Amino acid sequence: MRAFKILLTTFIFFTVPLQINSAEKVELLKTDWSFKGPLGKFDRSSLQRGYQVYTEVCAACHSMKYLSYRNLMEKGGPEFSEAQAKSIAASFEVTDGPNADGEMFSRPARLSDKFPMPYPNEKAAQAANGGAYPPDMSVLAKARKGGVDYLYSVLLGYTEPPAGVTLDEGVYYNKFMYGNKIKMPKVLEDDLIEYGDGTLATEVQMAKDVVTFLMWSAEPHLEARHKMGFRAIIYLTILTILVYFSMKKIWSRVESEV
Amino acid sequence: MSDHNYTPKSKFGKWFNDRLPLLSLANHLTDYPTPKNLNYWWTFGGILTFCLITQIVTGLTLAMHYIAHADMAFDSVEHIMRDVNYGWLIRYIHSNGASMFFLAVYIHIFRSLFYGSYKAPREIIWILGIIIYLLMMAAAFMGYVLPWGQMSFWGATVITNLFSAIPLVGEGIVTWLWGGYSVDNPTLTRFFTLHYLIPFLILGLVVLHIWALHVPGNNNPVGIDIKKPSKDTVPFHPYIVIKDTFALLMFMIIFAFFVFYSPNVLGHADNYIEANPMVTPAHIVPEWYLLPFYAILRSVPDKLLGVIAMLSAILILAALPWLDTSKIRSAVFRPLYRQFYWILVLDVLVLGYVGAMPAEGLYLLIARVATAYYFAHFLIILPLLGFKEKTLPLPFSISDPVLGGSANLSMAKSDKKEG
Repeated sequence: MRAFKILLTTFIFFTVPLQINSAEKVELLKTDWSFKGPLGKFDRSSLQRGYQVYTEVCAACHSMKYLSYRNLMEKGGPEFSEAQAKSIAASFEVTDGPNADGEMFSRPARLSDKFPMPYPNEKAAQAANGGAYPPDMSVLAKARKGGVDYLYSVLLGYTEPPAGVTLDEGVYYNKFMYGNKIKMPKVLEDDLIEYGDGTLATEVQMAKDVVTFLMWSAEPHLEARHKMGFRAIIYLTILTILVYFSMKKIWSRVESEV
Repeated sequence: MSDHNYTPKSKFGKWFNDRLPLLSLANHLTDYPTPKNLNYWWTFGGILTFCLITQIVTGLTLAMHYIAHADMAFDSVEHIMRDVNYGWLIRYIHSNGASMFFLAVYIHIFRSLFYGSYKAPREIIWILGIIIYLLMMAAAFMGYVLPWGQMSFWGATVITNLFSAIPLVGEGIVTWLWGGYSVDNPTLTRFFTLHYLIPFLILGLVVLHIWALHVPGNNNPVGIDIKKPSKDTVPFHPYIVIKDTFALLMFMIIFAFFVFYSPNVLGHADNYIEANPMVTPAHIVPEWYLLPFYAILRSVPDKLLGVIAMLSAILILAALPWLDTSKIRSAVFRPLYRQFYWILVLDVLVLGYVGAMPAEGLYLLIARVATAYYFAHFLIILPLLGFKEKTLPLPFSISDPVLGGSANLSMAKSDKKEG
């Protein structure tokens, strides 16, 4: 044990100054996410509002190519009713075909359709956004260091550039963005949209709702995972205790300790 | 194998066993005399078997849904995560299972180092283990490429590029490995094929590893040879089976915490961005279990020498039974080796840490010192220690912890003192 203590202190001695050395990172903004923790679940109404923010604001530039309208009514998600999900889908037009005449045609989207892409291709997306490609948001919450806290911080991190920082046309200053320069303008403003459930659409509220929605879209089975994990660990713990006593009993036949 | 002859009781059993002695094998495995003083560090062999089987079973299931194509691999992984029933569970067990596998194998290796399990007559077990470890690293590296995220792509680019350090033919070899002029679809499909193949090679080697173990039997914390079977041993079943099960369950609880509550903490966020040959990530880092070797690679300024150093760092382990000149196995009776052992553990941890940091300034300096020490441990300290070290007296047997005043293994061995 003595050796281990020496090992540990030496390791700390070595690594702590290194950490301080490299610590120039900004502290991310925090909020109380309902889905954190071993039994964390999504706030259903926050997910529904988050979908509204996505579809009315973000979807103008950002795709969500892995999501279908049916996902909106699935368990563990925003859980819109089937009728609601169908009517949401029907409010979008998708291209289908070719039909019997070999023609492509437009029709209202169905539950099985994917969310439509805002641009026909990546080049078109870049051309419309000053050369920057608005990333697909399906798994964005897992694709950035800091995850949901990072996304939340970036949405609320727009400030005037500090003195001495000059920005090119179409580049914005963001406290939390890597390198502090972002090509996405600040989009969230108080009362930008009107929430269907009457919640006050403040900037902070919209950021929280849409990031919750993004966490769900990145991990649609998060609730099932938390639930199963809780059961699995309780099961394993009880089994471990039982096996421990069996082991003690069996080993009592020999004088050795286990 | 056990010396006593086994005859099945039933007539059919006897008929079958005379033609294929599976029942004899089963009898050997249950009766196998095991030192009764094995501590919990010895349970990792069983845990590793569990890890291998888990990886193979989850891997087979994933392969039914995965598409090894540069344009579809990333999408197919998302399809598994979203639309395949319990696909998220299977994938998270597989991806975290790789980390748990390495955690267990590092404990297993360092247990061998502490108790001198690599020494005669167990050199072949040890060398088979090193080959398994090498194959594990190859399998893990190729597996990390399959989701075709940014780290997959750039990790594959960096590691395969190492071969270009070979003089004259290096560039040609890299093109041959890639199946083209960059990491692309041909690279992905062959990595998938090899990733599927290697676990079965490992499985075969594990059988040999256990076979070779069953010839001399287990080493033990005291490190002396014991008479088998005797009052120093217990039959494998039920004693070791129940103890291994208990340890495995504890291990599974930790495993479950990762799978269910932080399934992505051991991975890199960039791997959820689809591979893009046009955008290089800010820092390209391998998975945590390869970091010490990555640090050794980068600590050498010359590319070829760096690759040689990295490979030597692993291959030097195969020579360990001959580099360690001490006749005493267990570090319990080697006061000096014990201290150097812990310094080595620390050294490897430091290498892992600097492997994750940018190779510059203070980090690079530390990496160089730690690399030099790593090699010095095996090439200078261990060979000398066998001659210089004053070891403690060994007991005559596990049951008789009475010290016989003998620091000589052959004396302890020839001692016929039995209860």
